[in-house]
Amino acid sequence: MVERVTELMDKPERIRNIGIVAHIDHGKTTLSDNLLAGAGMISEDLAGKQLFMDSDEEEQARGITIDASNVSMVHTYGGQEFLINMIDTPGHVDFGGDVTRAMRAVDGAVVVVDAVEGTMPQTETVLRQALKEGVRPVLFINKVDRLVNELKVDQQEMQIRLGKVIDKVNKLIKGMNEKMYNDGWKLDAAMGTVAFGSALYNWAVSVPFMQKSGVSFKDVFEKCNAGDMKWLAKNSPLSDVLLDMVVKHLPNPTDAQKRRIPIIWHGDKETAEGKTMMNCDPNGPAALMVTDISFDPHAGEVATGRLFSGTLKRGTELYVMGTAKRANRLSQVGIFMGAERIEVEALPAGNIAAVTGLKDAIVGSTVSTMMDITPFEALKHYSEPVMTVAVEAKNMKDLPKLVEVLRQVGKEDPTVQVSINEETGEHLIAGMGELHLEIITGRIKRDKGVEIITSPPIVVYRETPTQKAGPVEGKSPNRHNRFYIELEPMDPAVIDLILKGEVSMNQQVIERRDILVTAGMDKDEAKNIKAIEGTNMFIDMTKGIQYLNETMELVLDGWREALRGGPLADEQVQNLKIKLLDVKLHEDAIHRGPAQVIPAVRSAVKAGILYAGDSLLEPVQKIQITVPTEQMGPATSQIQGRRGQVFDMLSEGDTMTVIGKAPVAELFGFAGDVRSATEGRAMWSTEFAGFEVVPGGIVDEVVKGIRKRKGLKEQIPRPEDYLA
Amino acid sequence: MLTFVGLGLFDVRDISVKGLDAVRRADAVYLEAYTSRLMGSSVDEMEQVFGKEIRLLGREDVEQHPDAVIDRARDGDVVFLTGGDPMVSTTHADLRIRAAEAGVPTVIVHASSIQSAVCGLSGLQNYRFGKSCSVPFPAAGWFPTTPLATVRANLDCGLHTLVYLDIQPDRYMRVPEAVGLLEEMAEATGQPAPDLYVGIARAGSESPVVAAGTADRLKAFDFGPPLHILIVPADLHPVEREYLETFAGL
Repeated sequence: MVERVTELMDKPERIRNIGIVAHIDHGKTTLSDNLLAGAGMISEDLAGKQLFMDSDEEEQARGITIDASNVSMVHTYGGQEFLINMIDTPGHVDFGGDVTRAMRAVDGAVVVVDAVEGTMPQTETVLRQALKEGVRPVLFINKVDRLVNELKVDQQEMQIRLGKVIDKVNKLIKGMNEKMYNDGWKLDAAMGTVAFGSALYNWAVSVPFMQKSGVSFKDVFEKCNAGDMKWLAKNSPLSDVLLDMVVKHLPNPTDAQKRRIPIIWHGDKETAEGKTMMNCDPNGPAALMVTDISFDPHAGEVATGRLFSGTLKRGTELYVMGTAKRANRLSQVGIFMGAERIEVEALPAGNIAAVTGLKDAIVGSTVSTMMDITPFEALKHYSEPVMTVAVEAKNMKDLPKLVEVLRQVGKEDPTVQVSINEETGEHLIAGMGELHLEIITGRIKRDKGVEIITSPPIVVYRETPTQKAGPVEGKSPNRHNRFYIELEPMDPAVIDLILKGEVSMNQQVIERRDILVTAGMDKDEAKNIKAIEGTNMFIDMTKGIQYLNETMELVLDGWREALRGGPLADEQVQNLKIKLLDVKLHEDAIHRGPAQVIPAVRSAVKAGILYAGDSLLEPVQKIQITVPTEQMGPATSQIQGRRGQVFDMLSEGDTMTVIGKAPVAELFGFAGDVRSATEGRAMWSTEFAGFEVVPGGIVDEVVKGIRKRKGLKEQIPRPEDYLA
Repeated sequence: MLTFVGLGLFDVRDISVKGLDAVRRADAVYLEAYTSRLMGSSVDEMEQVFGKEIRLLGREDVEQHPDAVIDRARDGDVVFLTGGDPMVSTTHADLRIRAAEAGVPTVIVHASSIQSAVCGLSGLQNYRFGKSCSVPFPAAGWFPTTPLATVRANLDCGLHTLVYLDIQPDRYMRVPEAVGLLEEMAEATGQPAPDLYVGIARAGSESPVVAAGTADRLKAFDFGPPLHILIVPADLHPVEREYLETFAGL
């Protein structure tokens, strides 16, 4: 198998890099396993039960996928062999970060939807991520047998229901990107971009395959009805149908990169690196985007990523953009086959590489044989950390080990933020939800062998300005350096562009300026952006101030320090636009060094945020609960009873879907409560829905509570306290 | 009354007689101990010689919370001691302004300064010095190259540059390191590095060291303990050259 894989690696037209994405429990991992079995990678009897792709014990125990994992396999189509590099991704919203990263590595996606449940919130999320990255989707409607056996529909009803699922997915695609939809990305069963089947029972059908095999929808209905899945699996095997669809309809790396590089890389296309990437050229400078880092007990850090150009070999010297410009020498180059890593001689452009020796890389790094290239567009996560736990080592002697483990955790999962509370010395882990944090702390104990004590989870808040303020004068401790800033809330249109990744510091100035001016930003401001941090922006409106250039990095450091903890509750600041209007600097470099400039800017920003009407924001989650109609009351009150709001109720047959939102602060224990309130008959999901202002009635109490917890003075600081 | 008293260059005996009188008369004596240090005398020794208790002031005490000193000077005689000549460090100008704003009268008692001492030790003419600059210890994301720009601008006008070396709570910059940093600045900005340097250590002590030469010579030269200071001379006048040859091994 390995030889066949390596033989195909340098034939881009025979490669397909694909991801499998879906809402949780719609059957991705079972599908992946059966595809592997079909390709002869694991025993067919074990497939579907073994969850080969779930290599983590925790994944197998919980029956869900936590990390994206990848595997390569070979499929024969039209008499030719094709190499399929496949990534299985988690569906649970708490692990959405993995999906984002996987979409960067692949060119095509198999979207799996449960025939009974239809599209769910995360179907929409993962589809949006795919389209955003220029990844082309095909659809697999899974669990068709359940339609027949559980819902007892007749053949006609079965086909109508399947058609509805396709329509719904198409509607989503059209809504997200009408151009792609019109350019042939519309899913069409007749064209063969949709397949139907059962991953668990290992069969699938598609219109083109029906013509080949003679198996019809009538057969599907009858065999399902009779429970004869074996016949279907034999006459219309899952892996053949699915992989045929993948090979025929999903693009090879050469074609895909021509379209995708302009989306994910904003450098100059005429440079050497630009040209080789556009052409997926194995000769020329290498460009690798790291999408995953894992730790191998023997080999150390393993970086996985998509190689967009060049060729990697053992000993290749690479540079990681945005770090000290020192060469990282590859000690191993390989590909992943499930949990196994197989070493190869040389790995050419268009493949997914697994390498060791990239010491400076983190998830999201751009890596190249050239010392300085424009980095790839940063990976955007649709969810943000909303909850924090504090961890400490049970035994003091484990502290150094804990510090190291936390560093690894931060490297492995970029949706996790690890920080240290300087005052208390506590280590804080911020994650995307209760489950996410449980898994991470569980892993620290189990895999890394560090006994830890964790605090109950705490909600992550944000601070933001609500009005204009300034100019505010910040003075350095020696009072010889002065900074004059103006603050205001960011325009929502600009925030949107930043969140979508359409505006970033990786762009060329002119490109960024033009996008922002079109969105209504002042031209002078748009061309003078010095930094973007989250959804905050720092703009330098000064002209010709001597020495400011070499002081700017310190100014930005002071600004960033202030953003890390606002004056109200020491929570992260967002949506703040700052303009630097004027600066006075001391003549001598020592007197305008870090110890002077950083505190001057930091206190000006903090005081300015207070002047600008600092307000507290809390994370909110969208909630969707599907229950039998008679359980609608309890389901609705589960949302409303939590300071929540219900904004839609949809009925389909005898089920009701209640859609609403509620603040994360009120959602502790939600899972258990929903279950008991609805006698265990609810299907539900939650999804990050942004930060919203904490209601006036409770904000004082919340702020007081946070300040007390953090050991801050009860009294909220006044601007003068920062400007003394 | 707030009296700024300069301590001079090296040890407790460098203070002027006027300064000593002011100290002995004072109700409270403060010592600013962060812009420069008297390397030749400890605080204990000063207290013995002056017969007064000395309170040390950190950077924060002077820059952010000078109220304690100013309040004390409102109804008593307060002496503020500094190394060298008091007002050469710009920070103290701010303290004097604040005192005046608080209605406290101020007086300055001058003392010898490194600014003039270097002329005597190097023989470089006082008239020919241009703008001074400092070389700081670089920090993360901060490596100013303006010190070299100052040096180059002075050289273009045929002027010498006095280069102050950074003093941090835990370290002193020495001549060899400063020369290395100037060379790094030259590399980073693509400007030529200076050809000639004069390094001086422990001015005002009984064993000052002065050495002139190329970067390579000074980087390998052992100047001994701090404090150090550096000069980048312009083209030398014949008398300046003779002086450096005689006293600095040029």
